[in-house]
Amino acid sequence: MSADVHPCLDAASSEPLHPAAREVFSAAIESGYADPRRLHHDGRRARLLLDNARQSVAESLSVRPDEVTFTTSGTEAVHRGLLGLHRGRAARRHAPADPAAQPSTAPPSTAGPPTVLPSAVEHSAVLHAVDWLRDASGGVAPPTQSAQSIPVTGTGLVTAEAVREAFGTLSAPPTVVAVQHANHEVGTVQPIAEIAEALESLAHQDPAAGQGAPYGPVPLFVDACAGAGRLPLPTGWAALAASAHKWGGPAGVGLLLVRKGARWRNPFPVDDRVDPRTSGFENVPAILAAAAALGAMVAERDELAARQAALVDRIRHQVARLPDVEVVGEPVRRLPHLVTFSCLYVDGEALVGELDRRGLGVASGSACAASTLQPSHVLAAMGSLSHGNVRLSLGRETGADTVEAFLAALPEVLAELRGRVGM
Amino acid sequence: MTEAVDLELDCRGLLCPLPVIELARRYCDVPLGGVVAVVTEDPAARVDVPAWCRMRGQEYLGEDTAADGVPRYLVRRTV
Repeated sequence: MSADVHPCLDAASSEPLHPAAREVFSAAIESGYADPRRLHHDGRRARLLLDNARQSVAESLSVRPDEVTFTTSGTEAVHRGLLGLHRGRAARRHAPADPAAQPSTAPPSTAGPPTVLPSAVEHSAVLHAVDWLRDASGGVAPPTQSAQSIPVTGTGLVTAEAVREAFGTLSAPPTVVAVQHANHEVGTVQPIAEIAEALESLAHQDPAAGQGAPYGPVPLFVDACAGAGRLPLPTGWAALAASAHKWGGPAGVGLLLVRKGARWRNPFPVDDRVDPRTSGFENVPAILAAAAALGAMVAERDELAARQAALVDRIRHQVARLPDVEVVGEPVRRLPHLVTFSCLYVDGEALVGELDRRGLGVASGSACAASTLQPSHVLAAMGSLSHGNVRLSLGRETGADTVEAFLAALPEVLAELRGRVGM
Repeated sequence: MTEAVDLELDCRGLLCPLPVIELARRYCDVPLGGVVAVVTEDPAARVDVPAWCRMRGQEYLGEDTAADGVPRYLVRRTV
């Protein structure tokens, strides 16, 4: 089947390339091939294109150009952002009182090294990075439901109160708190500004931070991969990560934002490239295309979000009327393009397969649909049913006809699959 | 867990959603107030048995282990 007659309802995994990115991409393959660090004509042209992309992204997201770093993926942006804040904080925490003294290599005085405190519903890229920090053997352990994480409500919300309570259970403040902008599986949008305020007030209450407090509030890392370009960015973060292929840019471009003045130190070997926060030869054509897609997405965001939110509302309403089906996540405070639900007595893998046979491509958080055979840690943290799970996400070109086709197919598929097991 | 179990469902070796399907098929075999136990290694059951109870108005009592160490999930029939 061609892409035209196989409408994909999985834009949250990857949005098709935006037409604005396609034109820029093909032009920049010719004009942006050179090493942007070279001083010859083609090198200076590549550098100009790279600087233009940085400026464009900064304008699209209302940040400073010097806060913008391009990485090779959203995952890499998450790792650099999170681990860089951890390194910046840990280095400061361990610094000797006398600034003239040699850098200390002594371990911190608290029981166990302070580490990152993630919410329970972070993307596995965040949880893997936290495990990697914990695991002296180099992060070979599988991602665990983090030993210490901030619990969520039944709709997947990380409240500022939950952050305060999680601090109360720790023997020492964490180095970084990691809370996503919006959840990638259920769409819940997190109250980032409120959480940042809670971190501010916790710093003021920390008795150890009294006179001459050596460091301010615990920095907040925000994984914004699911919502960047679709919703305005939140405020209150020290570093933030996003991924171009989720907003209609090409794969292979991530975005790391580090707030001016945030204490961030490169967690990986440095490279002698244009931007010292990243490494490797810059993919100028893809970066330029990512910036163009972001600009186009932001320009049409309000109209697109309104249209998608109305379609998702219809899906939420119709699906909830089916027997033994539960729609999960926040009903209003959510990503505009994404809806998730779980169906009792149905195998998630079979559900994905049957819908795909009818030309409807969806994702699933069910264990049987996962390579790990573990149920989604997001659904588990919310206490939601994990089997028979479907995540449906609309692309910018997904129309009402596709949504209606899905709504027509779902009851049939459910009846068939439940009939097979006698339910 | 000190609950007296009225019916134990051996779902060892069954993967999701089969343990929950077995629970849904058999819970009516105990009287109201009776306790059904689901014994399974399926990691999804830890999430899905409590979720089934919530969706079907039954009471989830918690988890213990069978004699062979396999997790056992206890449900009180309330409707």
